[in-house]
Amino acid sequence: MAKPKARVRVPKKVKKGEVFQVKTLISHRMESGHRVNQKTGAKVPRMIIYSFVCTYNGKEVFASDWEPAISANPYMAFYVRAEASGTLEFTWKDDSGAVFTKTAGITVE
Amino acid sequence: MRTKIDMLPVRRRQLLKIGGACGVAAIAGNLLPGLARADARAVNAAIEKLIGDRTPGTGRIALEMPLIAEDGNMVPIAIEVESPMTETDYVKAVHLFADRNPRPKVATLRFTPASGRAKASTRMRLAETQNIIAVAEMSDGSTFMAKARIRVTIGGCGS
Repeated sequence: MAKPKARVRVPKKVKKGEVFQVKTLISHRMESGHRVNQKTGAKVPRMIIYSFVCTYNGKEVFASDWEPAISANPYMAFYVRAEASGTLEFTWKDDSGAVFTKTAGITVE
Repeated sequence: MRTKIDMLPVRRRQLLKIGGACGVAAIAGNLLPGLARADARAVNAAIEKLIGDRTPGTGRIALEMPLIAEDGNMVPIAIEVESPMTETDYVKAVHLFADRNPRPKVATLRFTPASGRAKASTRMRLAETQNIIAVAEMSDGSTFMAKARIRVTIGGCGS
């Protein structure tokens, strides 16, 4: 599988106390483990991203546990309240033990 | 139902591929009802494990999703729970279930007071027409539950 590519959308500037939306998308096949290989008849082993965490200046603000019922190329949008300028860090973990991260800076006025 | 299939934004090759993969699952599903599919009892057991003997309240949860999903591989859903999201009163988690998927659990969303708003959107796989159930856990220990039916035209096979 090609290396998953993560994309996040965070506003550059927000006012203090404002609640802003964060959108994330990562390319991943999210192999459910229920699919059968048509040629061999064997089950294709499960290979999904099972954990997503977003931290804001080191503090966890939103997290999600995923099951095989999450679509391929998982999309997750959620909200965060602006406290201070800094960085949002996003972490995805998959069944192979791989960890994907992405960061985004934010300015709070 | 030819016209309906022609209207779908799926190319012929793709459709054949989906049909082939679904065929086996569909036949197995019909011959062995309840074997490959989760049933309401499994979902109830999972919910009971989560909330114990607490009785979930109704309301406060809004489930936004299409009434009819044409492609079960990618069904958009947004969940919002009414809450002030302060340090003392916030939504801790929302658990999502699809009661007729091979594995009913879809996802758990974990919020914090810093979320500001207990709303999240994602995309899920649905094997067939079924109920979506959301269970919300609040910071004060109370729980809320919401249920909505969704029709699925082409199942997300082997979801």
